[in-house]
Amino acid sequence: MFKYLARRLALLIVVVLGVTLMTFSLMHLAPGDPAEMIAMARYGLDNLTVEDIEQIRVEESLDSPVSVQYLCWLRHTLHGDFGCSLITGDPVMEEILTRAPATFKLALAALLISMLIGIPAGIIAAARQSSIFDYLAMTGALLAASVPNFWLGLLLILLFSLTLGWLPVFGYGGLRCIILPALTLGAGLAAITTRLTRSSMLEVLQQDYITTARSKGLPEARVMYNHALKNAFIPLITVIGLQLGHLLEGTVIVESIFAWPGLGKLLVDSIFARDFSMIQGCVLFFGVVFVLVNLLVDIIYMYLDPRIRFEREF
Amino acid sequence: MSWFKMLARNKLALIGLIIVILLVLSAIFAPLLAPHSPSEQRLEQALLLPSMEFPFGTDDLGRCIFSRIIFGARLSLLIGITVTAICAVTGVFIGMLAGFYGGIVDEVIMRLVDIFLAFPGLILALIIAGLMGPGMFNVMFALALVGWMGYARVVRGTVLAEKQKEFVETARALGATDLYLMYRHLLPNVMAPIIVMASVGIGHTILAAAGLSFLGVGVQPPTPVWGLMLKDGKGFLQTAPHLTIFPGLAIMVTVLAFNFLGDGLRDLLDPRLKEKRIE
Repeated sequence: MFKYLARRLALLIVVVLGVTLMTFSLMHLAPGDPAEMIAMARYGLDNLTVEDIEQIRVEESLDSPVSVQYLCWLRHTLHGDFGCSLITGDPVMEEILTRAPATFKLALAALLISMLIGIPAGIIAAARQSSIFDYLAMTGALLAASVPNFWLGLLLILLFSLTLGWLPVFGYGGLRCIILPALTLGAGLAAITTRLTRSSMLEVLQQDYITTARSKGLPEARVMYNHALKNAFIPLITVIGLQLGHLLEGTVIVESIFAWPGLGKLLVDSIFARDFSMIQGCVLFFGVVFVLVNLLVDIIYMYLDPRIRFEREF
Repeated sequence: MSWFKMLARNKLALIGLIIVILLVLSAIFAPLLAPHSPSEQRLEQALLLPSMEFPFGTDDLGRCIFSRIIFGARLSLLIGITVTAICAVTGVFIGMLAGFYGGIVDEVIMRLVDIFLAFPGLILALIIAGLMGPGMFNVMFALALVGWMGYARVVRGTVLAEKQKEFVETARALGATDLYLMYRHLLPNVMAPIIVMASVGIGHTILAAAGLSFLGVGVQPPTPVWGLMLKDGKGFLQTAPHLTIFPGLAIMVTVLAFNFLGDGLRDLLDPRLKEKRIE
């Protein structure tokens, strides 16, 4: 157990180093002079002077070799100094921590919505296998799994905001604002949850103890909930856990559609603005959260199902 | 053609296959099929609703959306197929090395796979393509870089199991070299899962590429690309929703078709895999 945790944390360090190093090299290999672009973003195209560009080059130490710059960035980061946005000048970590709650809220809401849709739909589909409910749930899941989330978001806006006028097109704060983004982000996970709940329930329902419970004369509802559902949950939790990372991934697109002030939008905006220090901060943050979430899921899984032991595998 | 008959028995797979064939044909014969030029602007005919002349209507610059979608199939398929092929070949090669040689080679390769899997792929692709700047090559490079790990894992697993078997031992005893063993004896055994994964993978890649285009990364206007058309349509959602509806539908149908085809191939090539869904 301890060895496993140590390995995973080592992986975390390698991942973060690897990704930040790659981002760093890319930023400096990319076409265009970074100093010029920062100057353009800060002062506008019309007020650009050569002196300003040179001053930025010296200020941001863009004139030293990439390796030196990276080590310099790394040293600062390890000291808890994540630098300032090249465009606005705000501290990077402050901005990320301001934005993070919005992303986590969105991800949690999406997770909640997908559970609320997926688990009941899966249970009904399994309990009434091959019925019209089963057919509808499975078709719905198939469509929800293959609909591009950026398209779904736009369709939801079209229906619920523009046509029916029930929900706002975008905005932040309040329950009404989060429904559409969360639904867009959670649709894929809802589909996975539905399918998995169904197949997992069907498998459990074939077990001997279910037959026993039924032959004891227990009411069907009790068999379903007390005996079947609890056992069907274990595989469900793993897969949902594995999908949590992908939920974070989806925030990049969903936040852009709904102008949601989270990390995903921050990252996309920073990429377009070539705000290098902000991109680095986001990459660092996403990497750490992604690895930690997956680790947490593994640990929860291990407690739920003691048969599983992590000896060799990661 | 018995495999075709078997595939045809699976209704969804058949639908998938037919749609994929239609897509490929429309990509090849785009100039013949499209009623209008995909780039010709007719500003006086902007934002027209679907009609006989413009089956899917026109966009804000008066371009025929139907024609743009047909031409868009070219780029989508090109990106989807090329990137998936690169990922599959890379994954097979790397996974084969890891599984066949084991030991330190395996350790190093699998840790590399872990590292790549430990960061959300689409975000990585977004950063890479975004920083490398606009262009189709950059998108393909970014998607290929984040897409090979699944193949490597599957191939490694299969090779680990297969290389224990007697036929490999026999061939080795007869003097087969490592390369010969990998190519003649192990490669055929990994082909079935790889073909299935690649079929689903083309759909995923097209989806990811469209997502990147939607964010504004990658192929730039005025090239007809489905993701970009959606991005442009976003601004006209209220007045002209057809700008958004049709390109999105094209993406979804394409992704569904490759998924159906992949599922059908899975049942066909390896019935044991039927229950397991490959990511």
